[in-house]
Amino acid sequence: MRAMTYRGPYKVRVDEKPEPVIEHPNDAVVRVTRAAICGSDLHLYHGMMPDTRVGHTFGHEFVGVVEEVGPSVRNLSVGDRVMVPFNIYCGSCFFCARGLYSNCHNVNPNATAVGGIYGYSHTTGGYDGGQAQYVRVPFADVGPSVVPDWLHPEDALLCTDALATGYFGAQLAEIAEGDVVVVLGAGPVGLFAARSAWLMGASRVIVVDHLDYRLAKAREFAFAETLNFTEVDDVVLHLKKATDWLGADRVIDAVGAEADGNLLQHVTGAKLKLQAGSPVALNWAIDAVRKGGTVSVMGAYGPLFTSVKFGDAVNKGLTLRMNQAPVKRQWPRLLEHVRAGYLTPRDIVTHRVPLEDVAEGYHIFSAKLDGCIKPVIVVDED
Amino acid sequence: MTDAETPYVAGPARRPVDRDALRTRIPGWGADLDPADRPSYPREVYDPAVTGAHWDLPEAQPELRPRERSVEHARLTPVFGTSAPLHGASGAVRRLAYRRFSEGRAAHWFLLLLGDRVDAVESHVRSLASRRPDDPVTETGVLAEARAHGIASRRGRVDVRHQVLDPVVVAGPWVAAVGAGAWAVRALVRRARR
Ligand SMILES: NC(=O)c1ccc[n+]([C@@H]2O[C@H](COP(=O)([O-])OP(=O)(O)OC[C@H]3O[C@@H](n4cnc5c(N)ncnc54)[C@H](O)[C@@H]3O)[C@@H](O)[C@H]2O)c1
Ligand SMILES: [Zn+2]
Ligand SMILES: [Zn+2]
Repeated sequence: MRAMTYRGPYKVRVDEKPEPVIEHPNDAVVRVTRAAICGSDLHLYHGMMPDTRVGHTFGHEFVGVVEEVGPSVRNLSVGDRVMVPFNIYCGSCFFCARGLYSNCHNVNPNATAVGGIYGYSHTTGGYDGGQAQYVRVPFADVGPSVVPDWLHPEDALLCTDALATGYFGAQLAEIAEGDVVVVLGAGPVGLFAARSAWLMGASRVIVVDHLDYRLAKAREFAFAETLNFTEVDDVVLHLKKATDWLGADRVIDAVGAEADGNLLQHVTGAKLKLQAGSPVALNWAIDAVRKGGTVSVMGAYGPLFTSVKFGDAVNKGLTLRMNQAPVKRQWPRLLEHVRAGYLTPRDIVTHRVPLEDVAEGYHIFSAKLDGCIKPVIVVDED
Repeated sequence: MTDAETPYVAGPARRPVDRDALRTRIPGWGADLDPADRPSYPREVYDPAVTGAHWDLPEAQPELRPRERSVEHARLTPVFGTSAPLHGASGAVRRLAYRRFSEGRAAHWFLLLLGDRVDAVESHVRSLASRRPDDPVTETGVLAEARAHGIASRRGRVDVRHQVLDPVVVAGPWVAAVGAGAWAVRALVRRARR
């Protein structure tokens, strides 16, 4: 089969690989129709995630058709159109039994500090991902769901990560009616978090980024006020003034390890890998939120240390909430919202590229060229 | 905005909101107003029956070749990925990281990062002897620059300051390898002359 493979930092190509097989009785093999590139993939692409091996296939946001099922699979049949959460999880361990699907203990031998994720290095279990014609889906009775007939395939695709994560990020922010919410980052996750914040009762939503085309999207798609952080010399002070000197009630970090805004932090974190990413956005969140407020961290960071302003967080009495999104827990509600027209996920898709052009897709998304917000890889017909 | 007194005086218990105005402007405003009625609330809900799992402990996936694992795991997990088994010098470095250091130790992660760099060099070298050598031009996707308006897209952006470092990250190990090679050759030549 054809599959995207990693060749080293900033280099990927399409290779011929053997098709995946059933390796466990509850596995399925899925023929992928659409896969997306996520901001998280960029951390792998840039060589920041430890144990990212040459030859590994990325892709944790995908939909497809069931091609084959293992002998113990009961809930899926060959031919089903499925959406697959980015989390790989068993459904029965200590953590899954408590709803912590992104923190499963039975799927990742390489680390206990993170669960299983498709196509996301060996640090999350060493599973090949969905930017390929076929993918192995473990625990087929637990993760995937059949795509409802009325749901557009690209909306289903975005439910498997970006939309679920943005919505989860708004939830973790503990938004109460009337709250002022700041969202750092106007990528797919930030845009969806901003849009979701309104559903939870925000009275103002302010989105911060430095890419004007993304901020324009935040105004039009997420009905947000926007701030280009390069136009002010002190983002935190600006946000304080914009919130009557109080600070925002809730701040969501939808940026993660490759934050811009401080060249030293960026170069030591993202380029030299001396810390687990650049905590610029996280530190802005801690400083711009009001005392007693909540910071929700959706941005991804590596497993090493970062220089976070923890003292401020302590002294301000903040609540910090974070996790990889337990995607499937969000689905019933998200589908209601999509159906009602409250959430319109595929509005953010800007690029559709064939699998053979995956290297260019990565470059355009990574360098933020051509107005790119969300690239989708078109792998096959539905 | 105002030189408001907000933080310096108590103010109302809740910020007043105009629900109707918000609902008119924003589709679905307030649909999830009740924090207790949100899908991930509370964070932990004990309900093993709801996931679709029909086992207490999943059956074990056969371990067809020795599988490295974190020393913080009491056992090999019942299911695991088989994407790219350890091999070569990078495999030795990674094996050491897993065997010797827990995830709590910085050495564990620095060794894994080192393994990644070694893997990239090993694989590039191996690819030169294969029918499909690595091609930095197609693999970095830079051919998209023209079509994707590379210059116009970057005009006035802050991240351009470090995007110039990207080629260094890509080419750095090569330059270092060539430099080290040249130095070694020179040293050998010098020794032979003596
Ligand atoms: N927790 C999860 O489950 C989960 C799931 C998906 C993605 N993520 C993470 O969320 C983050 C965002 O993902 P995405 O797909 O939207 O990525 P993206 O790269 O498209 O978006 C990141 C945005 O942040 C902006 N930015 C950079 N520095 C900033 C700063 N200092 N302040 C404000 N904005 C800044 C960038 O310009 C960009 O628009 C990534 O770190 C990703 O790994 C986490
Ligand atoms: Zn993702
Ligand atoms: Zn589990």
